[in-house]
Amino acid sequence: MTMALPAPRARARLSATPGQIALALGIAVFLALFLVWPSATVIYVAFTEKGGGAFTLVNFADFFRTDLFLRSFWNSFYVSAMAVAGASILALPLAYITSRFAFRGTALIQTLGFLPLIMPPFVGAVAMQLFFGRNGSVNLLLDDAFGFKIPFMEGLNGVIFVQSIHYFPFILINLSAALRNIDASMEEAAQNLGSSGFRLFRRIVFPLAMPGYIAGASLVFVKVFDDLATPLLLNVKDMLAPQAYLRVTSIGIADPMGYVIAVVLIVASVAAMALSALATRGIDYSTVQRGGGGLARRKLRPYESVLAYLTVMLILLLVLAPHAGLLLLSFSTVWSFSPLPDGYTISHYARIFGESSLYIKNTLIYASLAGLIDVVLGTAIAYLVLRTRLVGRDMLDWAASAALAVPGIVLGIGYLRAFYGVKLWDGTPLASWIVIVLALATRRLPYALRACYAALQQISVSLEEAAENLGATKLRTVRRIVTPLMMGGMLAGFVTSFATAAVELSATLMLVQSNSDAPLAYGLYVLMQSAAGRGPGAALGVIAVLLVGVCTVLSHFVIERGRAMPQAGH
Amino acid sequence: MHRLLMLSLCAALVSSAAFAQAPTGKVTVVTSFAKDVTDPVKKAFETATPGVTLEVQNRNTNAGVKYLEETKSSNQVDLFWASAPDAFEVLKGKGLLQKYAPKASGIPEKIGQFPINDPAGFYFGFAASGYGIMWNERYVKANKLPDPKEWQDLAKPVYYDHVSIAAPSRSGTTHLTVEAVLQGEGWAKGWGTIKAMAGNFRNITERSFGVPEAVNSGQVGYGIVIDFFAFSAQASGFPVKFIYPTVTTIVPANVGIVANAPNKAAAEAFVEFLLSPAGQQVLFEPGIRRLPVNPDVYAKAPADYPNPFKDPRLNSMIKFDVAKSEARNDVVDVLFDQLISFQLDSLKAATKAIHEAEAAIAKKDNAQARALVAQARELIAAMPVDEAAASARETASAFTGGKQKGARQAELEQQWAVFAKERYAQAQAKAEEAAKLAK
Repeated sequence: MTMALPAPRARARLSATPGQIALALGIAVFLALFLVWPSATVIYVAFTEKGGGAFTLVNFADFFRTDLFLRSFWNSFYVSAMAVAGASILALPLAYITSRFAFRGTALIQTLGFLPLIMPPFVGAVAMQLFFGRNGSVNLLLDDAFGFKIPFMEGLNGVIFVQSIHYFPFILINLSAALRNIDASMEEAAQNLGSSGFRLFRRIVFPLAMPGYIAGASLVFVKVFDDLATPLLLNVKDMLAPQAYLRVTSIGIADPMGYVIAVVLIVASVAAMALSALATRGIDYSTVQRGGGGLARRKLRPYESVLAYLTVMLILLLVLAPHAGLLLLSFSTVWSFSPLPDGYTISHYARIFGESSLYIKNTLIYASLAGLIDVVLGTAIAYLVLRTRLVGRDMLDWAASAALAVPGIVLGIGYLRAFYGVKLWDGTPLASWIVIVLALATRRLPYALRACYAALQQISVSLEEAAENLGATKLRTVRRIVTPLMMGGMLAGFVTSFATAAVELSATLMLVQSNSDAPLAYGLYVLMQSAAGRGPGAALGVIAVLLVGVCTVLSHFVIERGRAMPQAGH
Repeated sequence: MHRLLMLSLCAALVSSAAFAQAPTGKVTVVTSFAKDVTDPVKKAFETATPGVTLEVQNRNTNAGVKYLEETKSSNQVDLFWASAPDAFEVLKGKGLLQKYAPKASGIPEKIGQFPINDPAGFYFGFAASGYGIMWNERYVKANKLPDPKEWQDLAKPVYYDHVSIAAPSRSGTTHLTVEAVLQGEGWAKGWGTIKAMAGNFRNITERSFGVPEAVNSGQVGYGIVIDFFAFSAQASGFPVKFIYPTVTTIVPANVGIVANAPNKAAAEAFVEFLLSPAGQQVLFEPGIRRLPVNPDVYAKAPADYPNPFKDPRLNSMIKFDVAKSEARNDVVDVLFDQLISFQLDSLKAATKAIHEAEAAIAKKDNAQARALVAQARELIAAMPVDEAAASARETASAFTGGKQKGARQAELEQQWAVFAKERYAQAQAKAEEAAKLAK
């Protein structure tokens, strides 16, 4: 990729201050304690010999000798790449229309476009099957009217379809944040030189927003590569993450192969992250002028307006169908082999009313604490990587990103091994809700990290140099200059971490010690094991989605207000 | 000093024995049962035993076993409560359960051919369940399919792509179903039946409840499930039906007291409650629908409730050999995964080719084509290991992890997978040839 703009290359600092070194060490200790060590207590088996326990690599040779694993590897790779393409097709129009044009309902679209990320476990799958499955509403109606069915949810294509819908918000949210950060003067300069319309977008706007797109796309790729819930819900087993999960949780819990796959997953994820870092390395995306409110928003002509609304509606209709299904399910009596439920009731909500307040409280506490930890760590790591020349700073980045690839169940067992029985200073066991928060924070750290990283990439280092020339200390510069300018990216990171942590299950299921510590996702799991629990489970799922949705709207509100204030001061 | 210690220990023992009279406090149970099962039992138990609260930790069976294993150094769990008897065998083998002699009366020694309690006294059956076929009536009506009666029926061409099952490696109950077929029909014939059925599978889910869920919502027509999934779905209003085939078995769901239970007295009280008539009657709740092990309780059962102690069909079921099942547990699961789950596409392709060839032969008979189809069926049914080898220590030890030397799990799996893949491809080729001959 070549840049259209002759921007000065970023000058990284030549040396690190003691404060920066201490920060790096602190993060390293956190990652070592809560990610590397617990995972290592489980994964070391991958390198041991059967019968002796001696170090060996024969298990990795076995991996490449086994047809099933090779097939799984290529399937995972193919599905992830295709899901990135699918997610881009859904995300680009939404991000473009809402950021470039004066468009009514931008906040609403951004919020609604974010919802697919919040698909509560199990019950979301049921709702999708009822809508898009072989005998789901869509196919039953199609079959009735035209005599054919569309295999939305079959095989690898089904996985690509569902994953694109599920994870496209990663691209939407990061790309939108990046688009908002672009300096309007760049666009004006291009317009003065005669560029306009799609060419302007393609040559100027999109390249400048590249860090956001790459951040989102790499997250989609790695997440799809490591996701096991969707393939398993579609009964696709020959992909890598399901293979690791199936082995670790059944026969083969003592066998190295499951952990070998986990190692392969981690290596592949880190490689994908490193590649995406390489793609944006050596190119300067930062712009100097700030506080101008981003790109100018053009008014739409009437026919453009119709087209834009139509596009947005179509995309939203598609990506929110699972949630509509969930809502219907939560009010339905029996829904079986029919386009719509047999009857409607509110009794499911009555049933969960009493106990859900506890789940909601726990979920809010856990997810917001985890999101907060993630944003703090993510900002710190991004700062260290982009603004210092500390030896091994990339290691911090990769280690944190690797968290995405450690299967939840592996981390869950690792936490039990590492922290069960550890007592706090006042005698309460550590292995209570604190461990759940730490596990959630560790698993969701990559999301916040990518968002913060992209935000910092877009800030010109000369702003900080100016502050320091005026006598500000490093800390003061970070506090007064960097943090406010990164706010949008940090909030994007918080929201992603928070929302996904709120519906996380695989690691928490291992760590929940008592019902009073349980989050929403656990409550869902318990309900969704029986026929009578389907309606109440859906009701709880709706509550989870609403909860996260409201929090997202609130944070958008905060962003917009933060943006409005400096402008008012002009 | 020593005497003093002994004395105080004795005193402690006496006082704890006195406590055993009136259990109090929190009793923690790890269970794989859904909320619809645990909630009514919790409510009834807490009413019957004032002062005790039941703390339910819901985990799937495998995760529960793993959890007890990982936390045994400072165990906080009193009870383990789940369906699959093999999970209890594993816990017993690892010394994670403790002995107890229930005082409850009126419970016979056996249900069908299966001992209700562990003969060694480590775990106790509290409810019985049988395996069978459930189906969605709307689905069946829309696709104009017949009602099946036996496992073999599901192998008929008409059921192609309409049947679902949980992987036995993922679901203790499905494992028992497969094992029941293998014990009922013998190793070679049993696998033949299972693979002929598997050729019609729509999918193989990774958790037990995935199958009834798919049948309930009408995504698949037929599911191979444990009975209470169907009964509780019926009780919730879903249009489903269920039958027990002749070759099946009734096995108990169990409860056991965990070794070093922090609240042993309350744990014992819970076991006694489950086995008491009051506890047994809770099983009739619409959300639970399991078969009590106390025959007298059936007097209060809802109408049309199956009674395994009276129903001749359920009583004549095969004798289930737990030791045999235990010895080849992992091998059967891995065989199913490698020959069926992970080869489902090629198995289905071969099966479809056979169905088409047979349809062609039915229209226009051809001896050579019939011979080819027979060969194709044999190729599909062929097994890479015979019964003796499956139970042999050398094979089984490949699946026990790093402790023993010998073949690695991945090596055996690759061998078996290649064995199946080649034969399914050959079978498909032969069936296609047969179809051409009969045209």
